[in-house]
Amino acid sequence: MDLDTLIQVLDSTIRLATPLLLACLAGLFSERAGIFDIGLEGKMLISAFFSAGVAFTTGSIWLGLLAGMAGSLVLSAIHGLASITFRGNQLISGVALNFLASGITVLIAQTWFSQGGRTPSLPEGARFAEITLPLAETLRPVPVLGPVYADLISGHSILVYVALLMVPLTWWVLFRTRFGLRLRAVGEAPEAVDTAGVSVTGLRFAAVGICGLLCGLAGAYLATGLQAGFVREMTAGRGYIALAALIFAKWRPWYALGACMLFGFLQAIALRYQNIDLGAFVVPVQAMDALPYILTVVILAGFVGKAIPPRAGGEPYVKER
Amino acid sequence: MDKMPAWADAVLVPLFSIVLAAILSALVILAIGESPVEAFKLMVEGALMRSAGWGYTLYYATNFIFTGLCVSVAFHARMFNIGGEGQAMIGGLGVALACLYIPWPHWTVALMGATVAGAAFGAAWAFIPAYLQAKRGSHIVITTIMFNFIAAAVLNYVLVNILRPPGAQDPATGPFPDATHLPTFQQMFSTAETAMFRGAPANVTFFLAVIACVAVWLLIWRTRLGYEIRAFGHSETAARYAGISPVRITVIAMLISGGLAGLMALNTTMGEAERLVMNATEGAGFIGIAVALMGRSHPLGVFLAALLFGFLYQGGAELALWTNIPRELITVIQALVILFTGALDNMVRMPLEKLFLAMRRGNAT
Repeated sequence: MDLDTLIQVLDSTIRLATPLLLACLAGLFSERAGIFDIGLEGKMLISAFFSAGVAFTTGSIWLGLLAGMAGSLVLSAIHGLASITFRGNQLISGVALNFLASGITVLIAQTWFSQGGRTPSLPEGARFAEITLPLAETLRPVPVLGPVYADLISGHSILVYVALLMVPLTWWVLFRTRFGLRLRAVGEAPEAVDTAGVSVTGLRFAAVGICGLLCGLAGAYLATGLQAGFVREMTAGRGYIALAALIFAKWRPWYALGACMLFGFLQAIALRYQNIDLGAFVVPVQAMDALPYILTVVILAGFVGKAIPPRAGGEPYVKER
Repeated sequence: MDKMPAWADAVLVPLFSIVLAAILSALVILAIGESPVEAFKLMVEGALMRSAGWGYTLYYATNFIFTGLCVSVAFHARMFNIGGEGQAMIGGLGVALACLYIPWPHWTVALMGATVAGAAFGAAWAFIPAYLQAKRGSHIVITTIMFNFIAAAVLNYVLVNILRPPGAQDPATGPFPDATHLPTFQQMFSTAETAMFRGAPANVTFFLAVIACVAVWLLIWRTRLGYEIRAFGHSETAARYAGISPVRITVIAMLISGGLAGLMALNTTMGEAERLVMNATEGAGFIGIAVALMGRSHPLGVFLAALLFGFLYQGGAELALWTNIPRELITVIQALVILFTGALDNMVRMPLEKLFLAMRRGNAT
């Protein structure tokens, strides 16, 4: 594999890892606050649709992004209502929201655009443009570092950089602010937070809201950055891969970056090569598809480092009477 | 004292949830500019007014009975088996292998053989998540989700690289031998003068699904094992104190659950397609969640809920054929049913409980 191919594969790794990373950090906020969220997939999907639909209709990508985040927030609100206010089963709520998104996007797309449940291809202005970082072209002739800077680091859409910046930001919020401390506490011991006079409900809704916003970014990137328009079921399991990455990362921001990059790399490899011939045996493309899930099961099984979820995760909080 | 009589809990709460889901669905249909009344008429017309419509409704219902039972059995042990889809896929692989590689003399024998194979493969796919939950505490919801994706990859690999006949394009096995073809309702119920269930895929597997309902009822409420499963589901500590092994119950409940999911493949693979295709399950594993929630994990409830969803599926197909309403409307209805009967259960239950309490107080004074 020469340098050009390597850069191309890594470049597409970054692109494919971005939606995973945003969704993974979204899940991180929610689950750290004790709200399991298997509805990441649905939130991404609904945001992908609304961002593409509104961006196409208005011609403005920014309005599209806002619409996508709003759509995702609505699902978050339902999830919060079900799992915080009405103390329902968070997993079942997540499943329901995934189906809701999968159905309603096609339904609206069909009524809105009549193109068989997709949006028309987005024109140039309705997509996130690629940003060329300063000096990218000037530095290109420099051996190795030049192409790495010009092709790998430069030339992505703004959301890619936002996603990467979200990692330290998430870390800072969770581990260096009062809000983060409380948020983590509410996922471990909500009764303690309650005793301290801080609203458990408020904190959990805040976490679920942040989760919705980040999923909105992930979905918008999918439909307006990675691809040019919405097609049905376009998330294709990415929400679940993000969930896998979250467990793989043991609910930590920097680990999440690593896990998403790894899973993005696997996707990039599977996209580029069909079957990988290792001489002695051939690795089929299906193995690459399944690898993130297999790795997650192995981690969950605790044979290689144990993944321990937040203690109060999945439990609705009931004040003692 | 219970806040509500048992019948209200079993009948009123699901009923209210369905009414809520129906109202919202009607609003959705209105919002996309169609008439809910017309749509409902079309669905009834297409799904229930002709025997062919019933043939499709019952065919879908057969799938949902199996997957609904699958989720129910796990629910009784307080586990959420979201992996019915993957277990059904791998069950289909078992059915296909049994049909393709064993020379069956007659369909009755073939059906028995394929039943064992489908259930065994489905159960095997549920075994690893069950074992990891029981022994290592890995959350069964997450592992079964992961196993759905792994199952899809495995099936894809096996179909493309191993079972696909030479020269064929699509990832599917060759057709099953004639001796394994199951009699359809058309063959079973048509007389010389009148053809019944013409062209519909419903087949003898439907009766197997009914038997499965009875068997699950017997298992859960009339056997020692069923008692242990329910006890474990109600309180793990109490069950442990009573000498019930959590590991054993977790694994056995999941094996039964996975086996039931695997049986679904009899209907789609052996009964309908008569070969194994990539997307044989068509999401039925997930609909099982809605069916089990709506049926309150009781086999009779599951049977009725499966019929309702069979009707919705066939009716939805008719809608897509004759109107501008896409089939995805059914996905939305399914989501609403899961949301109201599963996650927002308390929203429906709390006002009802208050109502009953108020009535009781009124009677007392």
